[in-house]
Parts: sequence; structure tokens; C-alpha cells
Amino acid sequence: MDATPQQHPRWTLDAFRDGAIATLPLLPGLCAFGIAFGTVAARKGFSLLDACLMSATVFSGVAQIIVVDAWPNQLTAATIFATAVVTALICSRFILIGASMRPWFGGIPERGRVYFTLYLLVEPPWLLGTRYYNNGGRDPAFVLGSCVVCWLSWVIPTAPGYWLGASIGDPHRFGIDLIMPAFFVIMLVSMWQGPRRAAGWIVGSVVAVVTAQLFGGFWYVLAGALAGSVVGGFVDD
Amino acid sequence: MIERDPVSFIAVLAAMTAAVIVCRLGGYWLLGRFTIGVRLRKILSALPGAVIASTIAPILFTGGVSALAALVTAALTMFFVRNDFAALVAGVAVAAGARAAGF
Repeated sequence: MDATPQQHPRWTLDAFRDGAIATLPLLPGLCAFGIAFGTVAARKGFSLLDACLMSATVFSGVAQIIVVDAWPNQLTAATIFATAVVTALICSRFILIGASMRPWFGGIPERGRVYFTLYLLVEPPWLLGTRYYNNGGRDPAFVLGSCVVCWLSWVIPTAPGYWLGASIGDPHRFGIDLIMPAFFVIMLVSMWQGPRRAAGWIVGSVVAVVTAQLFGGFWYVLAGALAGSVVGGFVDD
Repeated sequence: MIERDPVSFIAVLAAMTAAVIVCRLGGYWLLGRFTIGVRLRKILSALPGAVIASTIAPILFTGGVSALAALVTAALTMFFVRNDFAALVAGVAVAAGARAAGF
């Protein structure tokens, strides 16, 4: 069962392609988000190059939209630091997400590639990769392939969003805003291992809803994830 | 007036990118300092479900009939058909239909 990583093929093109293909159904949802950021950036008077550069380097949708939307009138050291704090707050769940990759990625000797993959690791590749791992897959290129599709579908749609803005149409009307939530639900169904293991999901949901109601903003995912995973980690005995 | 001179813009970009890198790499790096015991491994393997549950629960709570119908449809389709794409299309179609019907 516990095969050493050396016995598995690593960084193959096949696994990269499989990861990329598994991500394709999400493209409309991913692109809609990129378009939304382009629209906000254009409205705020950023250049297209600025907007694409930010998408390419920061690669964090909610953080970018919030910071650009609330761009400070005076950029001082304090306001620049504040943008970093807001970004870290929104991305705090990735501390846990990255940690959960340790058992898989920890045994891989190509550290540079591992850290590069982690830099691009957003939820879809993480969840698709987790399922791939649970089904016996070990090639990290699967995750990287999915990450690259997400990155491209975030950076490229910034341009049409920038040029066309609100005239592109209302994603709400066609349910495109629900692609990501639906994907999350689908991943949850494929993780189902009986009601006992779902105790953490229920605790996470309740903590998230209560936190969102009490504090709003960004804390609820982190709070729910921490509570839910600790409970989930303790139920089986 | 909104200020966007190149140097300040690059500074913001660098600050945000640094924050993203600290979060995306930091947790992984930190766990490399410890041996992962059975308990921690269990907690980590429970994390994906917990993150998903905490992301979608508030949406179910506040998203109205169309979101609820879409997500229930996606879950049921996935349960019976076991195909990501079919479940996604079914869920989104129900959302579009529910919204067209005025929900």
C-alpha cells in the first residue's frame, strides 16, 4: 500500500494532460471570474497590462477584485502593507490547503517544481488532485496540469473583460456564477465515505454559516475548515 | 485621485504576491518541519470536505431557491451518474431555468 514515490512515474506529460482535461468543465466559471476582474480593473482606470500582470502574479481572484475595487487614494507604505494583509487574510485557507499536500508532495525530490505547483495551487486542482490521489494516482503533474488551465483561464479572460466590460452579458442569468459552487458539491459527493466521515462537513458548515453571519467577510472559510477538519480527524475512533 | 505610478503599482503587486506565496507555500513548508502522525494525517485528509462544506454552506443559506435547486441537482446527478461534467451541466441548467422562471 505505502509505495515509495520512486516507484511511481513523476511529472509525465500524460498526467499533466489528464489534470488539464479534468479541469475543462470548469472553464466557463473560471473565465467568468477573470472577465469580472477585467471589468473592475477597466472601470478603475488601470491599464490592460497592469490588470494582466496582476492576474498573472497574484493569481487570487477575490483578493484582486477587492484590492483593485478599494484602491487607496494615496499609496503609502501603510496602504501597501494593508493590501498585503487583506490578500493574506483572503488566502489564509491556502495555509491549510498547502499543508494537506504534505503527505503526497513531501516525498517528491524535485522541490522547485513542487513549490512552483503550490504557488499556483487553487481549489479546483487541489480537489481534483486529492481525488486523483485517493484513487491511487501519484504523479504531481496531474495537479500542475490543472493549475496551468486555471491560471490561463484567469489571466487570458482579463482582456475581454477589460475591453467589453458589462456588455458581455449577465453570468447570473445563465447560472455561470454557480459553476464553482456546483463543482464543490460534486467533489463533496465523490468524497462521500459514509455518514460518520461527514461529521466534519456538518460541523464545518455550521461554523462557516455562523461565522459568516456574525463577522461577514473572509473568516468563515478558515473557521469552518479548521473546525470541520479537526472534528473529521477525530470521529473515526 | 487614484494614484497609479509604476513604482507604487509594482510595490502593491510585490506585496500581494508575497502574501499569496506565504499562504500557498507556508503551510506546506511548515508541515515539513514536523513528522506527520496518524492524527494529523487524518485531520489533513478531512480538510478537503471541510473546506468545501464551509465554502458552500453560506451559499445554500443565502443563495435563494435557484442556488439551492442547482446544488441539489448537481449532487443528485453526481450520485447517480458519477460524471463531473454531466452533474455540472445539470446543476447550471437548473439554475438558469429557475432564474428564467423568476426564482
